[in-house]
Parts: sequence; structure tokens; C-alpha cells
Amino acid sequence: MSHAMDLDTFLRTDPREVACGEVMELLDVYAELHAADPAAASARYPHIAAHMALCGPCAVDFQGLLALLADEPGPAPGSDR
Amino acid sequence: MPLDDTSAQWLAALQADGAVRDQAHTRLHGLLLAAARAELGRRSGHSRLNGAELDDLAHQAAADAMLSVLRQLPTFRGESRFTTWAYKFAMFEVSGKLGRHFWTRHPTTPLDEADWEALPGRFGFSVENEAQWRELMAALRHAIEYDLTERQRQVFTAVVVNGTPMDAVCVELDTNRNAVYKTMFDARRRLRAALVAKGLLEESA
Repeated sequence: MSHAMDLDTFLRTDPREVACGEVMELLDVYAELHAADPAAASARYPHIAAHMALCGPCAVDFQGLLALLADEPGPAPGSDR
Repeated sequence: MPLDDTSAQWLAALQADGAVRDQAHTRLHGLLLAAARAELGRRSGHSRLNGAELDDLAHQAAADAMLSVLRQLPTFRGESRFTTWAYKFAMFEVSGKLGRHFWTRHPTTPLDEADWEALPGRFGFSVENEAQWRELMAALRHAIEYDLTERQRQVFTAVVVNGTPMDAVCVELDTNRNAVYKTMFDARRRLRAALVAKGLLEESA
């Protein structure tokens, strides 16, 4: 945690809150969906969206993945690119 | 789930023999290295890495991401494009490498008064309205010191009070992000309960 966050919000816990493992498992799926339609991604994976607001490291990985997706997708293994 | 054509090509090439597989490995490594470089560049403002040191970390991250991708290839189900799935491992490796880098240069030191004095600012409290949060912060500090387990206190103070990146805490405690997050979850619940008991926070709905 490196940014100002409301203490009351920060200390609230939800039994449905997921830990990093589940988020890391689905990060690629969530990132692609978010890149196409952020609202749809949050609606389909609300627990991941909530986790991103609380977990700085996962949010940074997510933003990094989104930045890569914003560039061209990688070439197929047999292409000349 | 059926794979898209490009992902299917990647999978077939990586599972082939001889030159086809070698070529796919080379291309995959190139992609992962580019991803690691891009991500390290994106984070360079925080890591303060540059030049040869940054590129060395990029190569390390790409090599380890490559190993993860190849090891976990049988688990790829095509729920995302192959390259997105592979990039994910590059992100994790970059985070891990930066965590280790931070930890080796900023080993944890015992908290001092300056760390505690910085705590209100981390929650957005300013000096101007100190009268409104002084009691709350004093109670929070007391709860951190007396209501948390040793492990919870160690993790909470490192991440929240000291501002240590969670991935660096993972390196220091020789654990993973999942375990640190769960410890933080339990710590947050205990601290909230302590502050609610004192009437300083309202009960969660």
C-alpha cells in the first residue's frame, strides 16, 4: 500500500474477498476482457475487480498486462515478424 | 475451449520436435524479453533502475518466465490468447525480480517514530485536522502492537507502516503473495474489530 487510502475502507474485509492466487490465475482472462469492455469484466469478475482496488501488486501486474495488450499482439511462432 | 488459430500455432510449435520447437522457443523468448523490458521501463520511475542493471533484470525475468510458460504449457486452456497468457508470467517475474531488488537494497529495519508519524498520511489524514484523527491513529497503533499476531504485525507494519512493496515482503519472509495477502486480510479484520470495539469505527454492514 503506497497511496493514501481511507482507513475505514482499507480495514473492511469481505469473506468473499479473494486472495492473490485466484486473481493471478485469471489475470490474463480478466485483462483481455477488460481491454475489450471494462464494465463487462467487472460484472463478470466482481471479486477480481474488488481485489484490484485493495492489492497494489496485483493491480500493477494488471496494468502492465493491459499496457502490453494495447500494443500489437505477438506474432505467431512461424511468422516472419 | 477451442483455441484461436494463433494460439493453436504457438502450442503446436512449442510441442513439436527439432527446429520447429527451437524456433518457437526463440520467438517466445523474444516476446517475453520485450514484455519484461517494456514493463521494467514502465515501472522504472519507482524502481529507479536503468541501463545495464535494468536490462539484466529483463533477461532474468524473461528466462524465468520462459521456464514457467513451458512448465505450465499443459495447463493452458485457451481462455485467453496464448501470448496474453505468456505475458502474464513475464509480469509476475518482473514483480518478483523488483521485489528482490528492493529487498536487497532496503533491508527491513525496526520501525522508528518517523515511520509511525508517517502512518496518518498513508490514510490521507493531514496535519491540519489532526484533532480529528489523533485518537483513531493512537488506537490503531495500539491495536497493531497488541492485537495482531507476530506474523500479522510483521507483514502489516512492513507493507502499511514501512511502505515496503508486498513482493519485497514475500522475498524477506520467503513466502508468496497469496500468503502475504491472506495474512494482511486477517490483520485488517482484527484491527477493524479493535477500532469498532472502541467506538472509533462503525460496524461493517
